[in-house]
Amino acid sequence: MSRTHSLTLRAILRHVLLIAGAAIMLAPFIWMISTASKPQTEVFSSELHLIPHHFALAENLREAFAKANLLRFLLNGVIVTISIFVLQIMVALPAAYALAKLRFVGRQTLFALVLFGILIPPQATAIPVFLLLHKVGLLDSYAALVLPFTISVFGIFLMRQFFKTVPDDLVDAARMDGISEFGIVWRVMLPAAIPAVTAFGIFSVVAHWNDYFWPLIVLNSEQLRTPPLAVAHFRNNEAGTSYGPLMAAAMVIIAPLVIAFLFAQRRFIEGITLTGIK
Amino acid sequence: MSDGSMTIDAAIVPAAAARRPLPAHGSRRAYAAYALVTPAAALMLVMLLGPLAGVIALSFTDYQLGAPHFSWIGLANYQDLFADKVFWTALRNTLTYVVVVVPGAVIAGLAIALLIQSGTSLRSLYRTIYFLPVMATLIAMAVVWEFMLHPQFGLVNGLLRGAGLPAFAWLQDRNTALYALCAIGIWQAVGFNMVLFLAGLVSIPKQLYEAAEIDGASSGWARFRLVTWPMLGPVTTFVVVISGIRSFQVFDTVHVLTKGGPSKSTEVLIHTMYTEGFEFFRSGYAAAITVVFLVFVLALTLIKSRLADRGVHYT
Repeated sequence: MSRTHSLTLRAILRHVLLIAGAAIMLAPFIWMISTASKPQTEVFSSELHLIPHHFALAENLREAFAKANLLRFLLNGVIVTISIFVLQIMVALPAAYALAKLRFVGRQTLFALVLFGILIPPQATAIPVFLLLHKVGLLDSYAALVLPFTISVFGIFLMRQFFKTVPDDLVDAARMDGISEFGIVWRVMLPAAIPAVTAFGIFSVVAHWNDYFWPLIVLNSEQLRTPPLAVAHFRNNEAGTSYGPLMAAAMVIIAPLVIAFLFAQRRFIEGITLTGIK
Repeated sequence: MSDGSMTIDAAIVPAAAARRPLPAHGSRRAYAAYALVTPAAALMLVMLLGPLAGVIALSFTDYQLGAPHFSWIGLANYQDLFADKVFWTALRNTLTYVVVVVPGAVIAGLAIALLIQSGTSLRSLYRTIYFLPVMATLIAMAVVWEFMLHPQFGLVNGLLRGAGLPAFAWLQDRNTALYALCAIGIWQAVGFNMVLFLAGLVSIPKQLYEAAEIDGASSGWARFRLVTWPMLGPVTTFVVVISGIRSFQVFDTVHVLTKGGPSKSTEVLIHTMYTEGFEFFRSGYAAAITVVFLVFVLALTLIKSRLADRGVHYT
């Protein structure tokens, strides 16, 4: 009896500790929603209260959308992340297939370079890539945001590992049917690799939706801003005056990924922890 | 295959091909292979390997964006760098950030993973909550944190005052600003580490715990010390290195919240590199900072791969 007693006590302690930690983790989100729902007068009051006396979320959202072209920035985010992902797959999948299933001179060298490339942090190549884009006159464009990321050595590595597990018989059967090597990549390997492509897709989209460093470097024009840049500019322009609309804008920017995450948690956690292998 | 045998292979290939003619479809397949890898190889050269060599070369020049010409100046950039107080401040702040965030995020991540795994109820709910900060755009959440840390109207000082404790001007005070950024860094990284630890915990065989219990390890602490901790060793080292590399790259929160201030107290390496390279356009000098940054990050990566060589695997 004392054993079950201590067991329930342990279970209670577990929940108490985890809920306390969860409160800290969630505090910024709660504070964000709370502030986004408060009118100006309540935001600037030293008395702490989470639930607004007067509910002003709609007003703050309207002001946020009026002060910044948030829809355009969200659209930019979608255009850039989707373009990057599609191009990454178009470049990486054929290379990964060749590295996994075909024999050719230089394969080992290429694979060694892929492994080496994974070690290079993105900040390391920023200056030369910036100078290159400047030289060819592509700065401050969608191309500047997308082109440097079309090559994902990590994607090549990941897909190559996955393709290694696809049976050779499947490839041979496709060849018997007269499908070209190019056709095999898209009609045989891609369908077989959907789980790996999905995980990589989530990893890629999350990384580039949230990226701040590169858009900050290459962009000038307001209409090309990606969501993180938009929030940073909103904050600088308002300089501590209208926190309600600022928090509403922050909410809008994080909403797409957070909602997607809540609907497909397992896939997202799988996809993002891929960076762990990186 | 080692590098040596590879070059030999490459050298004898024409001869081998002549001796043993490949069937027609075989050589067609080799052509197909080159066609398939060419886009990737070309982009890798232009966007990754070329720029990497470029940044190293650039660090030995006085190139400035827009300047008509430049010259090789040897190690002058590095001499300037090592004589610059700002660089040493940035390096010290970066190391402080790493030394605070890595243990914080690793220990908290492990503790949360252990707590979640020690019971069966609400596991996935807790996992979701703790993982949420990893998903949320850091720039947006940094702006939220800034308001939470607001000296007058922020939640943090409000709670401190409520508890009768002294309040701080967190991000505006040179004594607290870096630590406030560390707290945001830990908050953001904990969930990621937790997920890696959870995966590690799941892979520990149940029989080990049963065996430990038979040997008299009945308390939770004894089981942790005798089974969990040693079995988790590889994952732990891995998480430490990953957290270290990520902390070294800290930039977003610094740039949007403090710009390295007040009085350089939050200046970090990548922020110095950004300011020199993309605000003052002193490309050569910024390249030298990048090389220093690379040395640190590659050293950490090397530790990781050395561990991997010793049979430490993580998936």
